[in-house]
Amino acid sequence: MAPRGPETVREPMRREIVIANPQGLHMRPAAAFAELAGRFESSVIVFRDEAQPVDGKNWLELLLLAAEPGTKLTVEVAGADAADALDALAEILASPTPPGEEGAAQE
Amino acid sequence: MCRMSEFVVREAIVPELAETTKEGVIREMVRSLQGTGLFTGCDLDEIVRAIMRREQLGSTGIGRNIAIPHAKHDGVEKLVGTIALSKKGVPFDSIDGQQVFVLVLLISPKDRPGDHLRALENVVRSMRNDDLVRELRQAQTRDDVWNLLQRDTPAADKS
Repeated sequence: MAPRGPETVREPMRREIVIANPQGLHMRPAAAFAELAGRFESSVIVFRDEAQPVDGKNWLELLLLAAEPGTKLTVEVAGADAADALDALAEILASPTPPGEEGAAQE
Repeated sequence: MCRMSEFVVREAIVPELAETTKEGVIREMVRSLQGTGLFTGCDLDEIVRAIMRREQLGSTGIGRNIAIPHAKHDGVEKLVGTIALSKKGVPFDSIDGQQVFVLVLLISPKDRPGDHLRALENVVRSMRNDDLVRELRQAQTRDDVWNLLQRDTPAADKS
């Protein structure tokens, strides 16, 4: 296990993602993203505009982004498991059908 | 869209819900919206079913005694909403297990995801204000509720 603590602060990792869900980042995909983010030790922030980041582990804050389909969002993670977190979170955010939405009627 | 009063239909506000079950309050709210003549062409039950189907995918009870039941339905031409208050509390399977006292119900056309997302943002942003939630819960009349919504300017709290 990698050493932890302030002396091993890592550079945050970022990735820009385009929202592919045809309904945008609405309640259920926001909840799924936050739930996944919460499984990682790393901090997760999401923003459209760098000046207004939201906590990626808080689904209600994610709703404040009002991200329509096609919106570019940046995910920034920092911590020991940042690389894994970024891959997983980018995948769920870019997916047209995030978990829980497969085959679901349009809400 | 920056104020709840831009999509909440004033005449459809329910200052004191009579119903006390999840489906009951949803039906009461949809009926109140229907009473304003907004979706005369379509069936009340159909919209209630759409909202209940959405609830089955995961409760829209967001915690802190607030719920945002919603559905997309082409019976409306633009996004419409109403707000209702329960004095008794409604079991809603909320994320924090608490009963719901403040409900904002949204119905939007299927092809307008942006309007729905902006309305959701607006409700969530407004409801972060504990003072507003407390004052809504104390409101007695439709006008009380409307005045609180008009006063609320969530765009100003982006600090």
